[in-house]
Amino acid sequence: MKPMKIPRIKNGTVIDHITAGNAVKVLRILDIPQKQSFTVSVAINVKSKLGKKDIVKVENREIAHTEVDKIALIAPKATINIIRDYKVAEKHKVELPDTLVGIAKCSNPTCISNGGEPVESRFIVLDKEKPRIQCYYCDREPDDIASRII
Amino acid sequence: MDFTGKDIISIKDFSKTEIDHILKCAEKMIPFAKGEKTLTLLEGKILSSLFFEPSTRTRLSFESAMNRLSGRVIGFADPTATSQKKGETLADTIRMADAYSDIIVMRHPSEGAARLAADFADSPILNAGDGAGHHPTQCLLDLFTIFHEKKHIGKQNVVLLGDLKYGRTVHSLAYALSLYGSDLTFVSPKSLKMPREVINECKNLGATPTSTTKIEKALKNADVLYVTRIQKERFPDLEEYNRVVGTYQITMDLLKAVKKDLIIMHPLPRVTEIDPAVDQTNHAVYFKQAFNGVPIRMALLSLVSGVKL
Ligand SMILES: [Zn+2]
Repeated sequence: MKPMKIPRIKNGTVIDHITAGNAVKVLRILDIPQKQSFTVSVAINVKSKLGKKDIVKVENREIAHTEVDKIALIAPKATINIIRDYKVAEKHKVELPDTLVGIAKCSNPTCISNGGEPVESRFIVLDKEKPRIQCYYCDREPDDIASRII
Repeated sequence: MDFTGKDIISIKDFSKTEIDHILKCAEKMIPFAKGEKTLTLLEGKILSSLFFEPSTRTRLSFESAMNRLSGRVIGFADPTATSQKKGETLADTIRMADAYSDIIVMRHPSEGAARLAADFADSPILNAGDGAGHHPTQCLLDLFTIFHEKKHIGKQNVVLLGDLKYGRTVHSLAYALSLYGSDLTFVSPKSLKMPREVINECKNLGATPTSTTKIEKALKNADVLYVTRIQKERFPDLEEYNRVVGTYQITMDLLKAVKKDLIIMHPLPRVTEIDPAVDQTNHAVYFKQAFNGVPIRMALLSLVSGVKL
């Protein structure tokens, strides 16, 4: 394996195998770095055996996988590595949860979730492998999920 | 089977056994719906009737149903009279109605409105139509009409005719009849065909619907004909519209070759889809169908209130 172009981290979380070009969207979904003051490094279009990929490293923070799983919407092949003392202490693949709240906007303009009500958007996950989601309110399935992410 | 407190949002929330139970309860309600006998099942109960979009037929049949059960009705029939015009959210209106009543029936122009209302109310929500979404009580009254006229729902030949693309009633009905194993034939002009998603849903339930543009052949063995209105707005020009409407009009002539006990249904209002001469035949059940909205809604109001029927 080629050496990483961004420095190794001592403690924290590495999100690897993000679909190339989607790192920024991943950060947006995870609300990083708005909410935290951790150091975050991002590598875009990193060459790997399986083609290009993006990598996100968050220092000094172990991101719970339930929190990260929602990125499977746009990066279904991503892996989460928890790093402790430069070593991978835990590793797992992202998996979509059963419902997604406040992540994407319904594509139906007359859906009640787009009508200024005090609710967050909510989707039922129909397929976790090839991401397919359906609006909890109006049953609409957005065609292009990535473009619907808030 | 216990429906106490249950929200009635979509026909898809119900199993076949549950639908059967509702239909049997509705059957018992007929003499009371006609006013031949009286009932006090919901005495002291209040129904909120919230129509954010006008629908006289649905509203009146709900209000009649509640009154026939000796319950009372509060609410509005016209959105201009509501605080929604002043920018109040649906969630807040529902919280208020929830505090003032025991059951809420609601019609709203936005899809998913009933689902949202159910999340904000403790009282059961009965969806009387949410935009292009669901209208489960219409579907149940359609099923009840077949059940009542034919004494059962099952392997019958059912023809759905007209605007199958935009008509939500035919989508729900196709779904529900697939649960019952009915043989479905979809007859429509090419541009208003049954959507592929609906056909796939029917197939997933084991049905094998056929689609055609020809009415005569489909009618030959039909037990039930469900007619829907074809709207002018769906056509680019008037000439094409007039041609299509003429092709699918139900006339006495067309009924010469049909089964004697064929029933013809229509959700109403009807425009020109059915020749008024057909009204006098034994085939026409669309006015009875409109009446059936009352017993089916009486059954639902009682069931969600926890009344044993
Ligand atoms: Zn929606």
